[in-house]
This record gives sequence, structure tokens and C-alpha cells, in this order.
Amino acid sequence: MKPTNIKDPEYFHKVVDCQYACPAHTPVPEYIRLIAAERYTEAYMVNWESNVFPGILGRTCDRPCEPACRRGRIEEEPVAICRLKRVAADNKGEVRSLMPAVPKEKNGKKIALIGGGPASLTVARDLAPLGYEIHLYDDQKAGGGMMRSQIPAFRLPESVLAEEVDYVLDMGVHTHLNTFVSSMKDMLEKDYDAIFVGTGAPRGGDLPKLPGRWDTKENIHLGIEWLASVAFGHTTKIGKKVLVLGGGNTAMDCCRTARRLGGEQVTVVVRSPFRDMKASPWEIEDAQREDIPILNNMPPKKFVVENGKLKGIVFEKVAAIYDEKGKRTLIPTGEPDVFLEADDVLIAIGQDNAFPWIERDLGIKFGNWDLPVVDKITFQSTLDRVFFGGDAAFGPKNIITAVAHGHQAAISIDLFCRGESVYNRPAPMTNLVSQKMGIHEWAYDSPVVIDARYLVPHVDKQLALKDRTMEVELGFDQPTGFKEAQRCLNCDVQTVFNTSRCIECDACVDICPTSCITFTTNDEEAELRQHLSAPAHNTTQDLYVSEDLPTGRVMIKDEDVCLHCGLCAERCPTAAWDMQKYLYQVTKAAPIWNNSML
Amino acid sequence: MTYIKPRFRHPELPKNKIGYAKADYEGAISTLCAGCGHDSISGAIVQACYELSIEPHRLAKLSGIGCSSKTPTYFLSNSHGFNTVHGRMPSIATGAYLANRELIYLGVSGDGDSASIGMGQFVHAVRRNVNMVYIVMNNGCYGLTKGQHSATADLGAQSKTGSVNPFPSIDLVGLALELGATFVGRSFSGDKTQLVPLIKAAMSHPGFALLDVISPCVTFNNQSKSTKSYDYVRAHLEATATIDFVPHKEEIRVDYHPGHSASVELHDGSVIQLHKLAPHWDPTDRNSAVTRLQESKIKGEILTGLLYIDPESQGLHDLEQTVPQALNTLQEEDLNPGAKLLDEINESFR
Ligand SMILES: Cc1cc2nc3c(=O)[nH]c(=O)nc-3n(C[C@H](O)[C@H](O)[C@H](O)COP(=O)(O)OP(=O)(O)OC[C@H]3O[C@@H](n4cnc5c(N)ncnc54)[C@H](O)[C@@H]3O)c2cc1C
Ligand SMILES: Cc1ncc(C[n+]2csc(CCOP(=O)(O)OP(=O)(O)O)c2C)c(N)n1
Ligand code: SF4
Ligand code: SF4
Ligand code: SF4
Ligand SMILES: [Mg+2]
Repeated sequence: MKPTNIKDPEYFHKVVDCQYACPAHTPVPEYIRLIAAERYTEAYMVNWESNVFPGILGRTCDRPCEPACRRGRIEEEPVAICRLKRVAADNKGEVRSLMPAVPKEKNGKKIALIGGGPASLTVARDLAPLGYEIHLYDDQKAGGGMMRSQIPAFRLPESVLAEEVDYVLDMGVHTHLNTFVSSMKDMLEKDYDAIFVGTGAPRGGDLPKLPGRWDTKENIHLGIEWLASVAFGHTTKIGKKVLVLGGGNTAMDCCRTARRLGGEQVTVVVRSPFRDMKASPWEIEDAQREDIPILNNMPPKKFVVENGKLKGIVFEKVAAIYDEKGKRTLIPTGEPDVFLEADDVLIAIGQDNAFPWIERDLGIKFGNWDLPVVDKITFQSTLDRVFFGGDAAFGPKNIITAVAHGHQAAISIDLFCRGESVYNRPAPMTNLVSQKMGIHEWAYDSPVVIDARYLVPHVDKQLALKDRTMEVELGFDQPTGFKEAQRCLNCDVQTVFNTSRCIECDACVDICPTSCITFTTNDEEAELRQHLSAPAHNTTQDLYVSEDLPTGRVMIKDEDVCLHCGLCAERCPTAAWDMQKYLYQVTKAAPIWNNSML
Repeated sequence: MTYIKPRFRHPELPKNKIGYAKADYEGAISTLCAGCGHDSISGAIVQACYELSIEPHRLAKLSGIGCSSKTPTYFLSNSHGFNTVHGRMPSIATGAYLANRELIYLGVSGDGDSASIGMGQFVHAVRRNVNMVYIVMNNGCYGLTKGQHSATADLGAQSKTGSVNPFPSIDLVGLALELGATFVGRSFSGDKTQLVPLIKAAMSHPGFALLDVISPCVTFNNQSKSTKSYDYVRAHLEATATIDFVPHKEEIRVDYHPGHSASVELHDGSVIQLHKLAPHWDPTDRNSAVTRLQESKIKGEILTGLLYIDPESQGLHDLEQTVPQALNTLQEEDLNPGAKLLDEINESFR
């Protein structure tokens, strides 16, 4: 293998599993340490710089970081990264003064943002400090997009949402609310220098061909429309018996909301097996905790409607068969069909994009599934001054992905407005600093102890079910937050190896608790992975390879289960190993970072 | 800041034949200086015991005084241990072995502990062929007392404080060969590929097995004019052969080339395989070992590897023809011959 190029900003970035997995690359260990130090405000700002909605995401994020967390590879459960974000948000002090100032003098460029969800709001936040005049259009009465219309208040209180949406809108954004943009052509004719489309994926999946679907208008609802109607107070009740069709997070929000609007027997029915359910495990748990049964392997066969009144649904019974490639087919088992009674049915089977308002002769090309053709790096469409981001760009994802898109689109828009190539992407900001303070003394808490993940307390179920706006999760209190924060392995504190200093004494090899380090003759990667101090089967994790040592061997470190405990550096007599903190930040269109934050 | 070794281990750490992982053979976190060669030898001991699937409770570790003699705390924390006064470990080991022949005895000593204060003890353990592994962690100085020259320091070697050693060194390996030792090897703390199989072979040898392991003291004897520094040792290493240890009942895979390779079968059926043999050297010929050692010395080489083994070795108990049972388990009825037999014995002396 070739020596590892640690100057490549992505090498150490990848070692920080959580940050690397985060679409916005939030510096997770950095803010977790700040929480442990009770510096909640700073922890909040580290988040805000990166993901714009720490309080919202600390409650609702899809948390791709957690399955990636190294702790999950050495202990049962990952660090509760998401809920720690909430600890920062719940306990922070005054933050507005730490946010970038917006210049009174504008730069003369006007930008339109269509849709008021997290993608558009992120573009606004990143461009406002540069003096852009920003106009945001949304058909709802307030900003936030689906965070407002879809995510139920018992998961995300309105006050938390409003606070973080306002931090952005208060940066001098001109809002055009209750305004549905019905023609892109009209928008292009206005004097905007660039237009960003962040209109999400607003169309709920339906079952138009299922017999009986159109026999009644009353009691069959599309999940996302119904949730929006609840969120805006138009719908306040539902029948006692409710069937929810679908196995994703929308289905989970629908069933739990139904329980709060009078649904007594709420049942979720999924056509496929449990293991294929798209909903996050924690959302499923929360639904089950609210006495909502989930039935699987039952595709709906027909709606039963008598005299214009919905009676229920007939379901078929199937089993899933998987071929060698893992492709699934649902085969009827031959068991008798099942009829389930229902006063109301909520269809929550997916979401689609819809752009009826974008004329197809404007130069904006559309491809498969009626999605626009969008550059994956620049988020530019085929019409150079139109950019897409969030669910509108590549189909429904989640908030943090929308935010990540927003940052990149903002960079493109800024480059475009300055007449530069949108491919001129700025390099990430990186910083690598030694943490050594003395013998056995590091600037971070290096000792690693076994400690299981802490559970977030919940409000009493009976109370929660009476009020759809009562938040179910109570969040960690400060002492628990501290303990959970201490579970973090500080993966951003890198083990940096200096070949010229090593005397090959083996001290690091002998001390390493998780057998990460090997001195051996060099070979091909696949071969090496078999013959290290411990087998290195996780090929998603890199091997860190040194230059040739005096004995002709090389040092190889398997990054996979390194605890970042620093013992290698403590036992090295020549400081050939050092523990160095690596800060990696995605560069934003405007500098948001304020050094007084740290 | 605290200094602890996390209890997490690699999740895929393999287990040996008796179900233990390597971590089960570890000890407390070392308090020796960072980079001390002794720690690597501890690591090699852990590795060897793990690979040999030794039941920890069947092993006794014994040591004297010195940084080297502290190391038993840092390995095999589930085994028996005895930390004796300075230089007295061989006597305690002899006594323990006589009382209970069923344990595996692992003595750990330093060059000061063995070649100075303990020399009188050491030589008798060798000549009595006490069934034990005797590892000397040899750094050419008294590490624990801040690096004075020891009796194994080479003539002319300079200490960290600048004093030049005016005396010729004692070579424990040469001495042991002279005293009739039945297993003699030398190695280097920085070469686990050689050290681990040597320790395994030594542990399987019935009799006294000396391993003189050069083990740099990074703090007091790793300077440029030392002959026991990492750099000096690496630059002057010369091996008798590469060594493989094949425990009994395991298939032997490596080809055997007469003249270049040799294999020595031990009494328990395990085999020591040697490759790339030095010329004019036969591992079972004491004279060839002595000669080879002298030649290396003249050339300024540090000769390592297995130097000599007597495959016919008989341990102290066999030489003394004691009963096969551990003496400490004998009961009064085993020891008391009865009045009639005693009378007969007494009668025979009249
Ligand atoms: C029930 C449900 C629960 C969810 N829960 C979570 C969760 O817990 N965590 C998570 O990360 N993600 C969740 N999501 C997904 C998440 O809400 C979206 O991925 C995210 O909001 C997408 O952001 P966006 O900026 O692309 O657009 P959106 O948030 O979809 O915002 C688009 C906005 O544009 C408006 N709009 C659309 N067309 C026009 C037009 N022509 N003119 C004017 N305005 C228009 C829409 O009304 C909307 O307000 C959930 C989604 C649903 C449906
Ligand atoms: C009876 C007695 N005399 C002297 C000492 C002082 N002393 C402690 S360790 C030591 C030498 C140790 O040298 P060595 O065995 O080579 O061990 P190292 O520390 O080098 O590993 C001496 C002389 C002592 N502890 N006890
Ligand atoms: S920090 Fe060093 S000693 Fe600790 S687990 Fe990682 S490689 Fe091993
Ligand atoms: S402890 Fe330091 S000097 Fe020793 S082998 Fe490891 S990196 Fe090299
Ligand atoms: S003084 Fe020398 S022998 Fe003792 S622990 Fe330190 S390096 Fe090792
Ligand atoms: Mg010594």
C-alpha cells in the first residue's frame, strides 16, 4: 500500500464517522465536548453554523450519524448524538449576538427562494450576510415548510420551530407568505438574478386504482394532506377506528396524531414484512408505546363502502420471498383475506415531487419521475440561473439533507452572481492541533469507559395522548446529558503518526486496547487486512499506512475500532504518535463561524 | 488526568483452544517508561501464553527486583506470582518447583538481578536444570536505580551520564552453555517474530530454559554510545536461524531442507523448526553453539535465536527421581512408611 496522505482533508474527516455520515458534516465531537463542558451556547453555535436548525434537528433529525458512530461498533449502542444536540439547544444562552450581521448596504443582487422549507431557509441564511436581497415565497402562512406542515407538534413544538425559522427570516428576508407560485415563467420575468426552488415533494402517494377508493369522499385521507390540515388547525378530530396504510415515518406520524384526535383503535397496516419498514426504529417504538399495533404482510385489496359510508378495508395475506440478489416478491399465502373495520383511513404510502407550475419550455429540463435535471455538486438546473435543493432536487429525503443542499446551492448562487464558474468550489476549512498538555494529560477527556446509552425520558402517556401539541420526549437533563456526552470517543482527535520519529519499540502495539496497530512488511491491502494484530474486515474503514521505517517495515493502523484513547501516544517514547484535534468544516457562502464561539 | 487502559477490546478478537482471548492473558497497565523494551517482552509473553493455550492458573511467574522484575504485574494477572528480594528468584523458583512440579514456572529477571546480586543463585538453578523458563530482560544497566552499568554492559560502553565501562561483560548465554544449560536462546525485545516462538519453545522444554533478551532501557541506556540501544542492537543483530514452534498434534507444513533447515522434536511431541541455519552450527551440538557464539563476538555481532537445545533434557525432579505426584500434595500416609518398613530400613543401617 502507498503511504497515507493525511494532507488530504477527507482522510481524517472520514475517521470522524458521525461527521462524515452527516450530510451537512456537522462537527459532532466538537459540540459534544462543549456540552460536557456545560458550554451549551457554543455547542449550539457550532451546530447552527453547520445545520441551521439545532433545536429542530435535535428532536427530529433522521440521524444518519448514529448508525455510523464508532461506539456502536465496540459497544451495543451509538452515542445519542441527536438528543445531545437538543441538550445544547435547550440549555443555550443568548445566541443572536453571535450570529453574523447582515449589511444594511445591499450588494445589488436579488434572489428568489420558492418554498419556505429548510433548503430555502439555509440558502437565505448563507446569502443574507453577503448583502443579497432575498425574497422567499411559500404557500403556507408561516415559514418552515414540511417541518411546520408535517412534523407533528408532539415531536416538534411550534415554539422551537418558530424560533429557529425566525433567526433566518430576521436576517432581512422579504417573505411572500400565503403565496403559491403558479408560474416559473412569471418568476423568471421578474428581476431576480437567481432563483432557488425548494418546494419539496408535496404530493402524497395514493391508491387510485384500489376498488372502492372513490366510492366515498369523506373518510379516506392522504397522510401528508391530513397532517398539514391538522397542523394548521383545520382538522381537529378523527373517528374511533382508524387504519393507517404504510410503513414509513409519515405513517408513524399519522397514527400517533390519530390517537390524539380521538382515534381509539388505531392500527397501522404494512404490505411488506416488518424488516422492510422504512420508518426509523425509534419512530416505530414510539408508535407501539402508544398502543398502536402494526400488522405486516397485508396489502390492501379493496375499500368496503356501504351506502356511501366507509366500513373498512379487506386485506390479502402475503409472504415475502427474496431472491439471491435480495429482490423481494410478495407471494399470497392462500390464507383467507382479512377485513378490518375503519371509520377513517389514512393513506401514508410515500410522497412525490410535482412541478405543474414549471412550464416545460423554459429551458429547465426534466428527467425520470418528473424530477428536474440537477447537477449533484452545484445544484444548478439546465437553466443557469435556476437552482434546486432539498426534496425538490432529488426526491424526498429529510431535513438535514435539505440543509446540506442549501449550503451548496448558496455557494453556487454566490459564484454565479459574481460571474464565476459554479464549479469553483471552495475547499473545506480544516485545522489540526496537538492536544498534548503534559504527561498523561490531554486537552480532551481521553479515558474511555464502558457505559450504556442513556434513555430519554418521556412525558406520561395519558397526558400526551390528550394533547396533540404536548411534546412527548422530555430531553436529557444536564447531568444525563453530561454522562451521555462522555460516551463520545472523540473521534476527531486523530492519531497522527510521524514516521521519522518512530524507533520501532512496539510500545504502541503492546498498549493499544483494541489491537489497531501493526508493524509489518508492506503488501497489498487485501493481503494486509488478513494479517494485522486483529482482523481488519471492515473495509469501509481505512488503513493508515506510514512511510517505510528503518527496518523496512511500515506501521499500519486500522482505523476501524480505534478508541482515540491516546494510549499509543502516551506510551510512545519519541512522540511519534500524537493526538491532534481535527476540525473540518464545510465552507459556507458567507463566513458564519465566529471565533468567539469557541 | 487519569491513566487507565480502556476495557474495550477488538470485537473480533479470536479465542484460543481453551476459549480465552489474548486480553485474558494481560495484566495491569504498565508503569514502566514509555518505550521500555521490557514492555515488549511482556507483550511477547502474553502472545506466547495465548498461543499455547496455557490455563493461567497453571502458571507461576517469579521475579526479583528491578524494572524487569516489576513486569509480572503487567501480564498474566490470573496466574500465580512471587516477587522475591533482589537476586533471590532462582532459589524461590527451585523451591516452588520442587514442592509442586505441576505448574509452569516463568522466571523474569534483569541483568542486574541475575548477573550481579543474583549470580550465585542463577548458576545453581542452571546446573540443577530446574524446569523453568528464565527470561533475563537485559538492558546492560540497572534501570530501576537510574542506569548504572551492570555486569552485562560491554567493555567500553558509555552510560547516559558519560561513564565508560572499564570491565569486560558477563555473557549469560556463554555462561549458561558452560554450566551445562539444556536450552539457551537469545533474542531482542524489538523482534517479536523471533521472541514469541522462542518463548513457546522454552515453555515446552523440560528443564532450565534461558532466554537472554536484549531489552533497551529507553530512559538510561538508549544513547548513541550504548551497545544496548535500539539502533545499535538492530545494526548488529545476527540470527542462528529463523524459528518456528509447532505445538504437538499440529500438522507441520514447512518444507525441510537438510543443510538449511533443522527440526528438533521435544519430548511432548512439539517441534522446533529452524530455517536459514547459520553455517557450522547444529542446535543440538553444544560445541558448535559455543564456537558460533565466539565467532560472532569477534565479529561484533549480537547472535540471537535458539543457540542450543538438549532434546534429551531431564528436569530436576527426574534427576532426583522423585515421585511423579506433586510433593505438596503428599499426605501423611504417603510419607509415613509404617513401623514395619521403618524397622526394616533402620535395620539395614545397622
Ligand atoms: C409526515 C412527515 C414527517 C417527516 N418527519 C421528518 C423528520 O422527523 N425528520 C426529518 O429530517 N425529515 C422529516 N420529514 C421530511 C422533511 O420534512 C423534508 O425532507 C424536508 O422538510 C424537505 O425540505 P425542503 O426544504 O426540501 O422542502 P419542504 O420542507 O417540503 O418545504 C417546501 C415548501 O414549499 C411550499 N411550496 C411547494 N410548492 C410551492 C409553490 N409552487 N409555491 C409556493 N410554495 C410552494 C410547500 O408548501 C412547503 O411549505 C418528514 C416528512 C413528512 C411528510
Ligand atoms: C538487596 C538490594 N540491593 C540493591 C537494591 C537496589 N536495586 C534495585 S533494582 C537494582 C538493579 C536492577 O537492575 P536490573 O535487574 O538490571 O533491572 P532493570 O531495572 O535494569 O530492569 C538495584 C541494584 C535492592 N533493591 N535490593
Ligand atoms: S488511540 Fe491509539 S492506543 Fe487508543 S485505540 Fe486508538 S490506536 Fe489504540
Ligand atoms: S511507540 Fe512510538 S516509537 Fe515505539 S513503535 Fe510505536 S510509534 Fe514507534
Ligand atoms: S528506567 Fe529503563 S528499564 Fe526502567 S522502565 Fe524506564 S526504560 Fe525501562
Ligand atoms: Mg537491567
